[in-house]
Amino acid sequence: MFTSVDDVSTRLAETGYLASPAVATTVFLADRLGKPLLVEGPAGVGKTELAKAVAEVAGARLVRLQCYEGVDESRALYEWNHAKQLLRISAGRDESWDDTRTDIFSEEFLLPRPLLTAIRGDDPKVLLIDETDKADVEVEGLLLEVLSDFQVTVPELGTVTAARRPFVVLTSNASRELSEALRRRCLFLHIGFPDEELERRIVRLKVPALTETLAESVVRVVGALRAMDLRKVPSVAETIDWARTLLALGADTLDEQVVRDSLGVILKHQDDIQKAAAKLDLDAL
Amino acid sequence: MSAPAGPLADLADRLTGLVGALRAHGVRVGTGETVDAARAVEALGLAEREPLREGLAATLLHGTGQRAVFDQVFDLYFPRGVGGPGDGSGDGSGDRDELRERLADALADDDTALLRQLAAQAVDGFGGYGSSPGSDGWSSYQTLDRLRPQTLLARVRADIRARGGNGAGFADRLLDDEIRRRIEAFRGMVAAEARRRVAERRGRDEIARRAVAPSADRVDFLFAGRDQLTELRRAVQPLARKLATRLAARRRRAARGTIDLRRTLRGSLSTGGVPMRPVLRRRRPVRPELVLLCDVSGSVSGFSDFTMLLVQALHDQFSKVRVFAFVNRIDEVTGLLEHGRADPEGLGARIRAEATLTGWHGSSDYGMALGEFAERYGAAVGPRTTVFVLGDARTNNLDPNLAAVRRVAGQARRVYWLNPEQRSLWGTGDSAAPDYAELVEMHECRTARQLSGLIARLLPV
Repeated sequence: MFTSVDDVSTRLAETGYLASPAVATTVFLADRLGKPLLVEGPAGVGKTELAKAVAEVAGARLVRLQCYEGVDESRALYEWNHAKQLLRISAGRDESWDDTRTDIFSEEFLLPRPLLTAIRGDDPKVLLIDETDKADVEVEGLLLEVLSDFQVTVPELGTVTAARRPFVVLTSNASRELSEALRRRCLFLHIGFPDEELERRIVRLKVPALTETLAESVVRVVGALRAMDLRKVPSVAETIDWARTLLALGADTLDEQVVRDSLGVILKHQDDIQKAAAKLDLDAL
Repeated sequence: MSAPAGPLADLADRLTGLVGALRAHGVRVGTGETVDAARAVEALGLAEREPLREGLAATLLHGTGQRAVFDQVFDLYFPRGVGGPGDGSGDGSGDRDELRERLADALADDDTALLRQLAAQAVDGFGGYGSSPGSDGWSSYQTLDRLRPQTLLARVRADIRARGGNGAGFADRLLDDEIRRRIEAFRGMVAAEARRRVAERRGRDEIARRAVAPSADRVDFLFAGRDQLTELRRAVQPLARKLATRLAARRRRAARGTIDLRRTLRGSLSTGGVPMRPVLRRRRPVRPELVLLCDVSGSVSGFSDFTMLLVQALHDQFSKVRVFAFVNRIDEVTGLLEHGRADPEGLGARIRAEATLTGWHGSSDYGMALGEFAERYGAAVGPRTTVFVLGDARTNNLDPNLAAVRRVAGQARRVYWLNPEQRSLWGTGDSAAPDYAELVEMHECRTARQLSGLIARLLPV
């Protein structure tokens, strides 16, 4: 898919995703080694966006499995269409049982769910397994077979093996420790907060109307907030939101008043806002 | 099968050496990952160093906690260069001021490449000690002590202000912190460079095992530095979240419970004595209560602070959490801790300032404090309460007051003692640990990793 690490960066950048060197290298390796990519990091740094960007670059279909507590085999893998099977049975009254049985367990009555969808077919696909940590431990067991051999076993049909391996991205917020077995099968990528220069480029890309100097001060203030010990530090998503807010407010430079009025956009807890205000000397007005 | 040619064999050695060093630091790397790492090296090539670092990290690591250790080890096995800095080749040993000058400029520009080069020169010029081979080496401490980069703050600030022109901007007030961070980064570079030079002298494998700082959750509480404690405090929230899910899972499993034989048999009467439907014992949905007794005297305060914060972060898992602190007198600090969430760093100082913890003298006295607890706060401990005592059980040769411990243990559901000292040191000197261990369950708890394991296992559900 990609020829070099730089190729990854440039092509991802074309879709509007500015990748740090770590991200570009790992994506390149995931493609080369044919291994799934496990992405961890705080909320709002673009974990899901990465999968979308890769899909766009590769011209692949994005198949998404959103995990939640209680997601199970029939939601993740496949399910038999019971209603249709019943209809089929009652429609063919005169048939022998053997004919019916082989017929109702055929492809026609199978409802593929994301994991099976990603494996079947020849077209390129990107499989995104989002918020893997939210799923129960049992689902991880299910993923093991899919991720190591790229095959799914349906007892009535046999084993479906991927003709073309999908590019797999798993994301996790680390609210639960994923099992060692799953981690071993993946390349691990931690997306942290971008460095100042990269974040400035991201802000300029997403909010092009913002002036260069304002973008710079926005990024610096956010960087300072991240160094504080807050309950929820602002993420890239919040930086962009803030930049948009400032634009909407018509501010062309940062000053105490503007920052204090709009601090709620980047900080989501009252204690955090108070603490940040104290540290940034906002009360010195 | 013939052995691969020279440089490739060396590369394989280097890779396995790196993996060995990582394993020695508790990173679990399997053979499969090593092979993957080799394939990654093949795909990436050796032309550039940073992609190589990221590639190896992606294949060998499984979590973020291991990254700091990995970076240090990587710098040793895949060094930026060999020997001293190329250009000046160490002629600058006398020019401390000149080097400081250039350092200030580089800090003002935030020029990472130049800073790294200066770090190399600094170690070369000021870090060497000893003369006979075998006893000589390179010291980052000595380098930084001579160079004093922290004193450059004011100069760099003035430089940037003068250069920027429009220094009146809002973000300008952040300048000090930014410069401090740059200086801190420079100190890190010096340390890495010194390690590299020493490794050249003494052999990589040994230095990689000894001189690389362990990851924060494996640092001994009693020897942790200020930075490491800060890092630990940052880890409290995520750790608490993880423990909470683990506790919830245990609770769910426990709720499925055991079979209630009496009610099952009773129900089986309607089916002719055949127990068709097993009845599970119903659990009373009470949340357990927790009492924490923390020694906050100087010797173990890092450990106590961390544990208090962790338990506080877990408070919604319990119906009641009460925290008591003592040195030689005991006082309740539950209220202080609630505010402590906003400012964990000042917690220890605030507890010592606002609670009555000492009388007569300032050293810890377990007997007195435990006796006072049993007397004044005896009502806090009931049959639903689990008590944790945190401390090293060093009583300064005073009476350990085993009767008080016995009394608390009799009232409580369980009593656990978490001791931040190494087990082999229990009972040495003034430690009364073996005496207490006879009465209550005592566990060694030296690192955050051990602590989280113990908490997950011992906390009542």
